Amino acid sequence: MPGTSPAVTAEWSITISMNSSSIPLLDMRGIRVTFGSFVANDAVDLAVAAGEIHALLGENGAGKSTLMRVLAGLLVPAAGEIRIDGKIEPIGSAHEAMRLGIGMVHQHFMLVPTLTVAENVCLGLASTGRFIPDLKTAAAKIRELAKTYGLDIDPNARIADLSIAGQQRVEILKALYRGARILILDEPTAVLTPQEAEGLFRILRSLAAQGTAIIFISHKLNEVMALTSKVTVLRLGKVVATAVTAETDARGLARMMVGAEINLPKLEDVLIAEAANGPLKGEVWAERDPILSVTDLICRNPRGPVRVDRVNLVVKAGEIVGVAGVDGNGQQELAEAIVGLRSAESGTIAIEGEDVTRANVARRIALGLAHIPEDRHRTALVEPMSIRDNAVLERIGDAPFSKGGWIDRQAIDGLTAAIIRDFDVRASGPDQPVGTLSGGNQQKVVLGRALSRDPSLLVAVQPARGLDVGATAFVHRQLLARRAAGAGVLLVSTELDEILALSDRIVVMFKGGIVGELARADVTVERLGLMMAGRAA
Amino acid sequence: MSTTELTRAPRFRLPPALSGSIAAVIAAFLVGAVLIAAVGVNPLTAYGALFEAALGTKNGLAETLVRTVPLALCGLGIALAFRAGVFNVGAEGQLFLGGTAAGAVGVAGAGLPALVLLPAMALAAMAAGALWSGLAAWLKLRFRSDELITTIMLNYVAIHLVSFLLHGPLKDPNGALAQTARLTADARLPVLLGGTRLHAGILIVLVAVVLAHLFLWKRTNGFRLRVVGLNPRAAENAGMNVRGTILFGFLVCGALAGLAGFAEVAGVQRRMIENLSPGFGYTAIIVALLGQTNPFGVLAAAFLFAALQIGASTMESAAGVPSTLTTVIQGLVVLFLIGRAALPLIRDWFGRRFGGGR
Repeated sequence: MPGTSPAVTAEWSITISMNSSSIPLLDMRGIRVTFGSFVANDAVDLAVAAGEIHALLGENGAGKSTLMRVLAGLLVPAAGEIRIDGKIEPIGSAHEAMRLGIGMVHQHFMLVPTLTVAENVCLGLASTGRFIPDLKTAAAKIRELAKTYGLDIDPNARIADLSIAGQQRVEILKALYRGARILILDEPTAVLTPQEAEGLFRILRSLAAQGTAIIFISHKLNEVMALTSKVTVLRLGKVVATAVTAETDARGLARMMVGAEINLPKLEDVLIAEAANGPLKGEVWAERDPILSVTDLICRNPRGPVRVDRVNLVVKAGEIVGVAGVDGNGQQELAEAIVGLRSAESGTIAIEGEDVTRANVARRIALGLAHIPEDRHRTALVEPMSIRDNAVLERIGDAPFSKGGWIDRQAIDGLTAAIIRDFDVRASGPDQPVGTLSGGNQQKVVLGRALSRDPSLLVAVQPARGLDVGATAFVHRQLLARRAAGAGVLLVSTELDEILALSDRIVVMFKGGIVGELARADVTVERLGLMMAGRAA
Repeated sequence: MSTTELTRAPRFRLPPALSGSIAAVIAAFLVGAVLIAAVGVNPLTAYGALFEAALGTKNGLAETLVRTVPLALCGLGIALAFRAGVFNVGAEGQLFLGGTAAGAVGVAGAGLPALVLLPAMALAAMAAGALWSGLAAWLKLRFRSDELITTIMLNYVAIHLVSFLLHGPLKDPNGALAQTARLTADARLPVLLGGTRLHAGILIVLVAVVLAHLFLWKRTNGFRLRVVGLNPRAAENAGMNVRGTILFGFLVCGALAGLAGFAEVAGVQRRMIENLSPGFGYTAIIVALLGQTNPFGVLAAAFLFAALQIGASTMESAAGVPSTLTTVIQGLVVLFLIGRAALPLIRDWFGRRFGGGR
């Protein structure tokens, strides 16, 4: 393809010259998107200049993704206009968005793992050659681009062999290769260790310095403060504020995002209160009974790789043990093995001293296990069924909910009413199908069902995923309450803030194994980050 | 009503599932009417003749009820299996084996009192049907074979196996045809209405419908069955025995289809014959779907389809509309039932194609 290769550098010089004028590179005005009667975006303005890193901040459901889907050509707004370089552009398709220089790095990567970096980057591009792709030239271009922006990428590497951070760099490069001048990153740090996130920030700063406009979607305030130059806060589909980041503070942003100040509960506060009332529980830790003991556990996918690799773990009464790690390092599988959804290849699992390695789920529940699974839609709830049916799912065979196999509707109604009341489930009534509840209310049903059994062992996997701050605070308070009631809690999460706020002890998983364990007092984010990358600290 | 304030209280509303079934039937009859008109007949005349024949006379009503029996029993079994997430299309073969077992026991036990012989025949029929669907269950649970394939294949095996038995070991030694000897009076279901073929099988149906209803909505195992069918992973996470429940779904379907075979043998044919069923086990799949896998709904759907089939030949002779029209209507009912889910898609497509667009 003669004539296209120098375009990359030429384009940037144009952009930089544009930067000197006062017209923003991207200017979205009065964007309105509705789904039926629901208004997802209402009169949203967003202007981003070349060379600017602009944070788009908001809770789940605030309308960030909707706005970005409009920009990426995946949604046509009901009202509003989009200007690129001051010119109104109707973006009607993803292809058009690409032509205009808009590139998006999705949270879940769109890469073919068996292909090389160069093959993935060129996928679907006619410019590479329709029948016989000229990958050599492409690889050279990729190398050049990578050098320009400080991206460490080998064009001939296979995607499957790259780390998550490496794959993310490929996604960024893919967008740049397609001529992106406006780069959207959707929660890019969710899959990274803190160190990897730092590396990403360096790349983004270098891109901005050379004229790219970057939209950084996040709900992590410290990242927004550290990286971005401007910030737009969305709440309930509307812009609450647009500000220069340096002139705001994390606290103020949080308040704008949530609409009210909500303090997430912390174990530290509990410990301070306990210290005031008597000796610390930790002093007699060795003497406490183990609720859960995992010994040399190995799990493997059917005819596949080892997912849990010789894990040893103890959870004692009255403590929260956090399992940290980058997503996909065996935490999910460990939790499944403990609750009985996955069989162990070798090793043992004991609950309250009883070996349950080969026991079914029912036996583990009888011993006091409760499970808050990561995927509540698939694993926890029967969505077409009512709140009432879901409330009694694990206990239908127990008195008083049934006698001699006959269901006692009244007893179940009592349980359901108690869960709706105690866990503040917002619903039209016990007959409402669980699938029609909001995510937060669904999670309250899951929590309420688990905790109404007064479990001695609680396995909670990503218990706050997809919840707003208010619901997260509620979930965290419930976990702390279980700890106070003497239950053992195993908290699996990829959110470091969550782990740090709630755990008595933290173990870190990497590639199926436990890299190390940190007591609450010894934890620093740096040490955790190193361990999450596989280095024992 | 003690629930929260509803801004607009619905006066009376059918459950969406039920209204969907009724709509599908009405739509099928409307399209059928167009076809009848195309033949040059007044649709009202044709439908009038059909339902007059099926419901308007003592004998017609009796025949409709006789035909309701196998459709309802098989439909009930298929519906329960559906509820457990099992798509058993093997009721036909299970019915044939059930009928054969009933016939064999009935012939062998000649001389025993009816109170012993009839239950023995029924139990043998249920066991044979359950055994046959149990085979498909084993294939699914052991090898993850899709029951949609295995049950339909096992139908052919079953029907040919029955044919072999009727030509060989079970053949009436005093006859030329491939059938068992005639059952004695004590091996027959009593006739309920003199001068008709209406037999006590319809009472078995009513009992089965009530029992199935109680099981699904009042018993813990019925609750578990519904949970497994809707979300097996959540069922497992809640400590339920998912594999056992799936096995049960297969077995109960086989047993009920086998019982239908017994009712046909002991109530209608009075011996096991080679062509026991004109596809009851297949029509029953539509019956289960149209009845929304609800026991009383299944009964109503079975009655409707029985009436259609009984009235069809009269419609042909009285109004000159081919009786195969009823098959067309059955097919249309299925299309409209399944197609209901596609309605929003079709609307969207039209909207994109001919609506505002860009």
